[in-house]
Amino acid sequence: RVNRAYKMNSDNLQECVLKQIDRYEAVDSNVLAAALETDHQAIVGAIKSIQCYGDVIKVEPRNTKKWNVTEEGKQVIKNGSYEYNIYQAISAEGTLQSEVLQKIPNSKIGFSKAMSNKWVKVDKKCEGGPRVFRNIEDLKDETRHSLLAIQNGGVEQIGEKVLAELKKRKLAQEIVNKSFFIQKGGAFCLKLQKPETDLTAQMIQDGSWKSKTFKDYNYNALGAPPAAGHLHPLMKVRSAYRQIFLEMGFTEMPTNNFVESSFWNFDALFQPQQHPARDAHDTFFISDPAASTKFPAEYLERVKTVHSKGGFGSQGYRYDWKIAEAQKNVLRTHTTAVSARMLYKLAQQEEFKPVKYFSIDRVFRNETLDATHLAEFHQVEGVVADRSVTLGDLMGVLREFFRKLGIEKLRFKPAYNPYTEPSMEVFGYHPGLKKWVEIGNSGVFRPEMLRPMGLPEDVNVIAWGLSLERPTMIKLGIDNIRDLVGHKVDLQMVYDSPICQMDF
Amino acid sequence: MPTIGVNRDALFKSLGQTYTEEGFDELCFEYGIELDEVTSEKEQIKKEQGEQKATGASDAIIYKIDIPANRYDLLCIEGLVQALKVFLQKESAPDYRCVAPLNGLKHKIIVTPATQKIRPYCVGAVLRNITFTKEVYDSFIDLQDKLHHNIGRKRTLVSIGTHDLDTITGPFTYDAQTPSDIKFISLNQTKAHTAPELMELYSKDSHLKSFLPIIQDSPVYPVILDSNGVVLSMPPIINGDHSKIKLSTRNVLVEITATDLTKAKVALDTIVTMFSCHCDEKFTVEPVDIVGHDGTVVETPGLPYRQETVNANNLNKKIGIDLTASEIANLLTKMCLRSEVTNADSGEILVTIPPTRSDVIHACDIIEDCAIAYGFNNIVKTFPRSVTVGGQQLSMKLSERLRHRVFLFLACKWEKNERYGTNCLSDDVGTKMRQVGKNMDNLAVHISNPATLEFQVVRTSLIPGLLKTAGSNRKMPLPVKLFEIQEVVLKDGSRETGARNERRLAAVYYNKTPGFEVIHGLLDRLMQILEIKWESTNPELKGKGYCIKGAEDPSYFPGRCAEIYVHGKAVGKLGVLHPEVVTNFDLVCPVSALEINLEAQQRIIVGK
Repeated sequence: RVNRAYKMNSDNLQECVLKQIDRYEAVDSNVLAAALETDHQAIVGAIKSIQCYGDVIKVEPRNTKKWNVTEEGKQVIKNGSYEYNIYQAISAEGTLQSEVLQKIPNSKIGFSKAMSNKWVKVDKKCEGGPRVFRNIEDLKDETRHSLLAIQNGGVEQIGEKVLAELKKRKLAQEIVNKSFFIQKGGAFCLKLQKPETDLTAQMIQDGSWKSKTFKDYNYNALGAPPAAGHLHPLMKVRSAYRQIFLEMGFTEMPTNNFVESSFWNFDALFQPQQHPARDAHDTFFISDPAASTKFPAEYLERVKTVHSKGGFGSQGYRYDWKIAEAQKNVLRTHTTAVSARMLYKLAQQEEFKPVKYFSIDRVFRNETLDATHLAEFHQVEGVVADRSVTLGDLMGVLREFFRKLGIEKLRFKPAYNPYTEPSMEVFGYHPGLKKWVEIGNSGVFRPEMLRPMGLPEDVNVIAWGLSLERPTMIKLGIDNIRDLVGHKVDLQMVYDSPICQMDF
Repeated sequence: MPTIGVNRDALFKSLGQTYTEEGFDELCFEYGIELDEVTSEKEQIKKEQGEQKATGASDAIIYKIDIPANRYDLLCIEGLVQALKVFLQKESAPDYRCVAPLNGLKHKIIVTPATQKIRPYCVGAVLRNITFTKEVYDSFIDLQDKLHHNIGRKRTLVSIGTHDLDTITGPFTYDAQTPSDIKFISLNQTKAHTAPELMELYSKDSHLKSFLPIIQDSPVYPVILDSNGVVLSMPPIINGDHSKIKLSTRNVLVEITATDLTKAKVALDTIVTMFSCHCDEKFTVEPVDIVGHDGTVVETPGLPYRQETVNANNLNKKIGIDLTASEIANLLTKMCLRSEVTNADSGEILVTIPPTRSDVIHACDIIEDCAIAYGFNNIVKTFPRSVTVGGQQLSMKLSERLRHRVFLFLACKWEKNERYGTNCLSDDVGTKMRQVGKNMDNLAVHISNPATLEFQVVRTSLIPGLLKTAGSNRKMPLPVKLFEIQEVVLKDGSRETGARNERRLAAVYYNKTPGFEVIHGLLDRLMQILEIKWESTNPELKGKGYCIKGAEDPSYFPGRCAEIYVHGKAVGKLGVLHPEVVTNFDLVCPVSALEINLEAQQRIIVGK
């Protein structure tokens, strides 16, 4: 039957199993376990190992149910059921109940079972205590017989009700047996050859690759991540914007001054001193170094005049302009402060030359932080100063700029800004979101800003600005700005962020 | 940007036209206002106070419209309707006029010298034979609120009082009195309080308490009285109850006190022009004489019609369109700027700016209105003709290149950190980095009014931010390698603002072992890219390349810190951070770090 000469270690178990399969053609793992006199788990292990070698065997999982007799059931088979034993213990003229209960093991169960079967009856009025009498002449121990049938594999002879009763009495039980049904596979063999994990230098040099088989690759797994650095998505978007400006012939402005005087940040831009943007609620004021005092004197005088009295064709704001307010240092609220410095510098040249400037750098607002507001963000700004540059030119520059970002459709809405007039909000149609999104602000700098600097009357300056964060958030589908910026940002997000081509 | 809520049906009725929501949105877009939200009283209450409170509230549709901050004339339905009707050419702009009473006896407000100490300016006007309905009344109150908030800068610059003229007797006096001498029944109160009592009373009022500091500490409080001593108002806090306006009120005295005369005049012009449409004789206002503290008499409101001449040619050139003078004049008239061509040949146009358009202070404002009336989106898009050559800031160019060449292609995961704020707790760059004492105060720029406690100073080092990022990402597999190229801010008395930015490169390596060699290798690679040679022991290179020398720094572990020298100058440090620094930033493994000033290298590059 079985070749017991095999020593059952795991390797030759696999070979034993293969031999058995070869014999049976198709076989259940339980049968194999019985045939090899081995634990079923060990057989299952061997089957799994064989499966690793490819299509050697075909395996189907199977669930089979089987009745067997419990340990208690086995005792019943040996000694008879408790109720039968009670019946047997009663003599023809009846026996004292106490005597019966003492004599028989598990007598209480047996007695109540015999009573409910009406095999026995009790007379409580008898002399010397209650006596038990046989109630029927003769009987067969059905419980024992049924258990015996189960033990001998004849469970089908027994009715459902009886089985349920035996199960309830924990004399028999139904066991679910998980096994495998095994057949020969296309590549069935009796001797397993281990495939190589991968090609080695050795194999190439000695030519042994020719006679070897190789393990299949798992194409459903991911590859190893390349060892590389990762740039924060904002930096990638920043690079994309710089690129566009450079392609369009713009020159980068030096924006390396986070600390700025109110004069350059506000007054030079014709932003009145009572403007809400100059409130402590909106702007970070610096306590140390608190003030700037060195300003171009004549220019300062012209700025003061245009605010308080007007001039250059303007009515001015007609208020009491104070130098102290202009001296206050702030963290710059926009890079337009830098643009103002650059335009002033431009105006000091002997001869006016047209310029295109840009910058992308940090600006600061004293905001309470929430999902869309941070105390600092990056402003992207473009400025063109030229003789007779028009509002139509501004729109044309914006069209080219946003076209390079992949936004083809633009709309312009009249808006208000203290230092530009006309002012336009720029809306772009986002084909992904299927709606118009505000993508920037733009305008023509007011003469009250430019003329005091000394720029000629026919020089117009057009400008536009947007934040770096918002398009990046739209691009990455981030709703909360704090998921993009701030030290609590998940580094995984940085690893996972795409190349950030800004075309939508 | 202020937002006003108007009843949609009332708006369309006044406009004499109904719109779909999209249609009205389009009109707003074109005109430069914005339909921000479509809601109802019920929905608003539901949103703010919950479903239960909303029962019984009106379902009437309300349009919430954003108004540009300089258009005070659009802050009420009256003004909005007027402007849109003129824009849609359904009506021409009204002529606002001052009409003195038939008997010639104008009301007077006498300004006492005492007011100069607290709130020096006062203007006033009378709206005669006005008819209030509930809607008009609500709009009247609402416009005052809006003006208080916007042009009035929360009543600091301008505050408005309106009174039932028939309950009071002129002449009126604008005075400033010792607070305890002022006693009256304030609006909607039942008994008289002295001014200090009122200040106490309103310190618990959620709406009024924010205005109290405007006069609180002054020895005198402003007060307006009638000839019988009845208190009309105590600006900018509260009106008296005696003269309050009811639906039945027919004659209204408007008084405005201010610290900014221009704004006071604009606010007065706005109120009287907007509501004169409800007077029996439409668009007329009865002037009031203001008798100044020096005896001068000025009539208000001014209702100034200012004229400005613009040239069609110039205007075409600024916008980039090609219209005739009369076409331009027509467009401007649509914007309530009545215009006529005075010289067709030269293209001279005389533009009259009405008192409602205080925002027009320069020809460029007229140009914008012309562009709006023409339609921004009808303007042909062109490109500036001048050719310019692009260029980069060296510091930015260098940073970009280093980011890409050093970090992206190094065979290790260096990660760019761009997330730490520029502003931080003084602790972060100070105590936590073991940098204490006057060194810190001398270096860092301090913020006086941070809304969030986190922002006390501007950072002087990039390393704390990198450490914080590492601390927030403890779940990431080790090693964590972070870098940042950014600017720090340092105090510098030689600069115009007293501070300067300095561009730095910083990196941290966080792992089970300190990894000094990793950070050191990074420095070597950086220098190689920058073509700065290692001085090694080669005497010929001494002072011409880079080297590192042992140094002391409280942030670093003793004996594990070196100073970096480039061309003989110290430009930064590298080393293993002090264990206390590590634990201060909630980290548990050793950290090696590098921080280097890039500006020296920049100069070397330029030198080549």
